Amino acid sequence: MIGVEIAKMLRSRRTWSTILLIDSLPTLVAVLLALTDLGPRPGTGPAFLSAVLTDGTLFPLAALAIVLPLFLPIAVSITAGEAIAGEAQQGTLRYLLVRPVGRTQLLVAKLVSVLVFVVLTILVVAVTAYVVGTLLLGQADVIGGGVTSVSGSQLTTQELALRTLLALGYAMLCMTGVAAIGLFLSTMADSPLGAALGTLTVLISSTLLLTLDAAQSLHPYLPTRYWLSFVDLFRDPILWRDVERGALLQVVYVAVFLGAAWANFMTKDITA
Amino acid sequence: MIRTEGLTKRFGSIIAVDDLSLDVHEGDVYGFLGANGSGKTTTVRMLLGLVLATSGSADVLGHPMPADWRTVLPQVGAMVEGPAFYGQRSGRANLSLLDASGIGGNRHTRAGRVDDVLEQVGLGHVDRRPVRAYSLGMRQRLGLAAALLRVPRLLVLDEPTNGLDPQGIRDIRGLLLALNAAGTTIFLSSHLLAEVEQMCTRVGVLDRGRLVLQERLDVLQRPTGRVQVRTSDAAGVRALLNGAVEGIDGDRLLVRTHDAAELNQRLVGAGIPVLELAPERHSLEDVVLAATSIAPDRELR
Repeated sequence: MIGVEIAKMLRSRRTWSTILLIDSLPTLVAVLLALTDLGPRPGTGPAFLSAVLTDGTLFPLAALAIVLPLFLPIAVSITAGEAIAGEAQQGTLRYLLVRPVGRTQLLVAKLVSVLVFVVLTILVVAVTAYVVGTLLLGQADVIGGGVTSVSGSQLTTQELALRTLLALGYAMLCMTGVAAIGLFLSTMADSPLGAALGTLTVLISSTLLLTLDAAQSLHPYLPTRYWLSFVDLFRDPILWRDVERGALLQVVYVAVFLGAAWANFMTKDITA
Repeated sequence: MIRTEGLTKRFGSIIAVDDLSLDVHEGDVYGFLGANGSGKTTTVRMLLGLVLATSGSADVLGHPMPADWRTVLPQVGAMVEGPAFYGQRSGRANLSLLDASGIGGNRHTRAGRVDDVLEQVGLGHVDRRPVRAYSLGMRQRLGLAAALLRVPRLLVLDEPTNGLDPQGIRDIRGLLLALNAAGTTIFLSSHLLAEVEQMCTRVGVLDRGRLVLQERLDVLQRPTGRVQVRTSDAAGVRALLNGAVEGIDGDRLLVRTHDAAELNQRLVGAGIPVLELAPERHSLEDVVLAATSIAPDRELR
């Protein structure tokens, strides 16, 4: 069943057009930077963007910082929102369940397929960004292989690669949190669009509350609070505090919303 | 095959199915009749474990549902409220996908099984076209093919001939009767009296969530004790039989007698030309209408 769901996702035209769209923004940014050589001044704009002008190998991280706040969560919300509600709206849900496919099994298969989508999208973004970055922006220090960390010290290529992988993993975990919320709403809503919009509403509210000082006491618990903390992985030494909190928070979100999705789906009357 | 006891489903304050006790025997073609909104679909969904009953129990193939769905559902083929498919894929791809989704879908024999069921429902020739380009009748056939994929012991069908042309209806009726003759029990939910009358051996009638009638079709269609006669000499018949004639409508008469042969003999013996003569039977329509009240969606609220 898991294989079938992944195959469905991979063979869907929407999956690839979404990935293409997400991928096109950082690529456009790279082209513009290469053409104009006008980066944001250090300390402004998306993370790493000022550094990539001198070193294209950092571009995957810049790309991640570009797509993580908005593009990626939208795509994950839509994909996760579609999971159950999409089948319900098409009417195929009832035929899957009488096939029979167990409800738990179906939910797990849908979750795995959304996670594969998340991993796939982030990897595609990272790989294209690396290729585009090194081709267009060049590598800073080919001989030494070292790049400058956010804190100003030098990182070896090995360190950089390891930390980049960590950052990608962290981004995947954050998107898993989004997927869990989306999947829960997908078991609740009658339409996939409703589920996706509901998920986005949660994320937008969270982002909005983060700008509000009066909501200070809520900040550590908001889902989007630590999304961009992966930047801290490139300080020297690594500033683990926010990354750890972010990871823990996402794990809690995933557990709570997946549990709620399961409980709701198991007891739901399938009338669609 | 199907036995429910006190099966009840409430949606909020609305009672969709009320204290339903169904009894479907092995080998039946069971016609489940009811007006739109009478609770047929909700009942079917409860039998398949899609909707969870508020109270009461349902046994399908001798096992409680939905508790034993793992045992029951692989032996059941179902079509609920019209077929549903992934529109951008072909019929064959849809059936393969459905087959691959659950247990018992051996990959090596899949293509053969899909071909078999497509052939059975008369879709053997179609290919490649996405389902969204199918006509309603083709979708209906494909839905039936999907239900047959597991070679089920029990077929639960909701309006299976919906959208089919007369030829298609005949094809499907023939297919279902052949399956039944081969041992498949069929539970046919419908609001079409004619469809049920032509196919079913037993009938259950649902009215506003309650089962108001459950009986063999031939018992329901028992003779009324009258014989219909068509003749060119209505007055002659009336004169001959006197009080036994209960109604005259032009050249048609209703005669009270249990013995059609004897009546025929008397009429012919008296030189009265008999154009038609047949025992009158209760029609399913009359029986059903007598058992049910006003249809719920026509009721004033």
